[in-house]
Amino acid sequence: MLTLTGLFVFSACKNGMKQNSGILNNQSAAQKVYVAPGEHDEYYAFFSGGFSGQVSVYGLPSGRLLKIIPVFSVDAEKGYGFNEETKPMLNTSFGFVPWDDAHHPELSQTNGIPDGRWLFINGNNTPRIAKLDLSTFETTEIIEIPNSGGNHSSPFTTENSEYVVAGTRFSVPFPQKDVAIGSYKDNFKGALSFIKLDEDGHMDIAFQVLVPGYDYDLAHSGKGKSHGWTFFTTYNSEQSHTLKEINASQNDKDFIAAVNWKKAEEYLAQGKAQDYPTEYLINRYDEHSHTSTSITRNSVKVLIPEECPGLIYYLPTPKSPHGVDVDPTGEYIVGNGKLSADLTVHSFDKMMTAIANEAFEETIDGIPVLKFEEVLAGTVSSGGLGPLHTEFDADGNAYTTFFISSEVVKWKVGSWEVLDRAPCYYSVGHLMIPGGDSKKPWGKYLVALNKITKDRYLPTGPEMNHSAQLYDISGDKMEMLLDFPTVGEPHYGQGIAADVIKNRSKKIYPLNDNTHPHNIKSEAEARVERDGDVVRIYMTSIRSHFAPDNIEGIKVGDKVYVHLTNLEQDWDTPHGLSIMGARNAELLVMPGQTETLYWEPQKPGVYPFYCTDFCSALHQEMQGYIRVSEATSDIKLSWSLGESI
Amino acid sequence: MVETAEEPEDPMANKGIGPVSEVTLGAEIDEAMAAEGKSIFETMCAACHKIDEKFIGPSPKGILKRRSPEWVMNMILNPEQMIKEDPVAKALFIEFNMSPMANQNLTEDQARKVLEYFRTLE
Repeated sequence: MLTLTGLFVFSACKNGMKQNSGILNNQSAAQKVYVAPGEHDEYYAFFSGGFSGQVSVYGLPSGRLLKIIPVFSVDAEKGYGFNEETKPMLNTSFGFVPWDDAHHPELSQTNGIPDGRWLFINGNNTPRIAKLDLSTFETTEIIEIPNSGGNHSSPFTTENSEYVVAGTRFSVPFPQKDVAIGSYKDNFKGALSFIKLDEDGHMDIAFQVLVPGYDYDLAHSGKGKSHGWTFFTTYNSEQSHTLKEINASQNDKDFIAAVNWKKAEEYLAQGKAQDYPTEYLINRYDEHSHTSTSITRNSVKVLIPEECPGLIYYLPTPKSPHGVDVDPTGEYIVGNGKLSADLTVHSFDKMMTAIANEAFEETIDGIPVLKFEEVLAGTVSSGGLGPLHTEFDADGNAYTTFFISSEVVKWKVGSWEVLDRAPCYYSVGHLMIPGGDSKKPWGKYLVALNKITKDRYLPTGPEMNHSAQLYDISGDKMEMLLDFPTVGEPHYGQGIAADVIKNRSKKIYPLNDNTHPHNIKSEAEARVERDGDVVRIYMTSIRSHFAPDNIEGIKVGDKVYVHLTNLEQDWDTPHGLSIMGARNAELLVMPGQTETLYWEPQKPGVYPFYCTDFCSALHQEMQGYIRVSEATSDIKLSWSLGESI
Repeated sequence: MVETAEEPEDPMANKGIGPVSEVTLGAEIDEAMAAEGKSIFETMCAACHKIDEKFIGPSPKGILKRRSPEWVMNMILNPEQMIKEDPVAKALFIEFNMSPMANQNLTEDQARKVLEYFRTLE
């Protein structure tokens, strides 16, 4: 055994020199990601599900999947969007929209540091922003963004989460109207929306800035000295509306839009905003009533650059910039020109000087275009192709992904010198470093979120989960540690030290705080009530029975609401509920919570129902019957537990 | 053939396993406390414990003649360990169809009030 080990070490050393791989290196990588059974990971990582519409929560460095949080898409597993309580969360001005494309998770911040209170994420397709409460890991608010299409440059936050922002990727008629698509240049405009958080953390749109009809691609807010500004990339400054693949790439430079939102607040206070009629919804979930409600808004405040000097400037930036990333000091604004090999870095100080000196090339719709040379801090000549996104570590280094050359490049902020490069498998989009877009990155790890998987794992037919790769970035050289599949498209991610979140994580909902309008707090209150054809079953669950569990007197054509309150008060004791033939999902009710299953029985018979979440040794006994009779029957409404009706 | 299992102790001397080591009962029942205890019992416990019948779990009626006050409170506050390690709780777990006593996360104060309510159930 000893001899064998010796041999392995010997050969590994021999080969390892050249390839930086081999057994020794693999063992060291394995040790770095090994989290022993029962131990916890060091970081939480939140990855968007892209076209799954959800958020997945992973532990790092192990790459273990901890939870999938339903956000923009219905989720039968948790009853989200199926139970009566969460259906309103997916309401929009277009009605109930059960899916969206979730792109950028963003942690709330205090003093520029992720604080673990909330996670925001944008829905691209039917423009929305969701807020997740990280004490319950539930989606608690979704706001719709009007005058927008393809809500992509979103929901990046300001230093104290005063705002989250939403720039439109598609310009659209503003306000929406029925016009010829060919009238793009006359009728189509962009909206940069600033969503304010009030003291209770509720979101509403404070204002929109009306901007030229370009595509607004990504955003980041300033920090430290640049706090008070938000930067948005643009492409399609050509204002093309067809074959954008070619037509939106004609200009040598597009722009980074710099919005002074503190100035915007002054203009708002002066009454400079115009009220535009529109319609958008805000859906809020309350963790005490366990229900959600939709609020409709019918106008939005709009600031027009011509009327608001100093509100917004354009910084010319080469080659259709995609990501715009601000370094931890707030001085450098990195534009990742996706059709280029180089990165363009602007200086915030130089920008302020250029503004003071009115060093403008031209003015577009009231927006001064600053002279490129006057704001340029430097160029990173990377040697890669197709830069997309940049994040930062705690030591003054930046890391940029290159989609076309499929790699991460490490460079020095300030000297723009390339320090290291590491391949990604394959075609990396965003990257995530814990705290990497904040004022105080934790550093240590980097996750590459890749678009293409191909041969990385056992094949699973034509469709595969996207791959992510974890790198150790604590040394001079990046070292790949782990390769793991993710859910949907892990478009972007956020990471945070586990300690910030885990001690705030709730274990149950106290039954005493339950204010659901149809809750019951003891089995003694369990009952069935009829009002016309509406039947309400007030039911409880506890290991391992429902009360009542025998119900008669339901009729075909009834509208049945089963209000199930889970009386358990212990951690990890949910109960589920499903009814045969119900054209709905199950309920999955947490301890102390009330949820409602809606059911329209179709035909006479006796319908079994049961608990779907394995709850105790007697889980298989946790079941009951509901008798459904003809609409004309005179069977009396009755119910029982433990005795015959 | 098998060594006699540990001679069952006097159940009234068994204080159970958990946070409660000593309870002093007043000479008279504290009615206000008992009323609060009744209300806690009805929400947190009554789904499994009925006063006048054996249900999912045993009836609490007359329990203070069978068990020490400490045992009762530890059973409420620490059921997972009790049904694994306390000989009386283990036997009850088997007798009651292995239906686990749910930990309803009562505070010690709430459990004490429930205990006071149990004093009224003679």
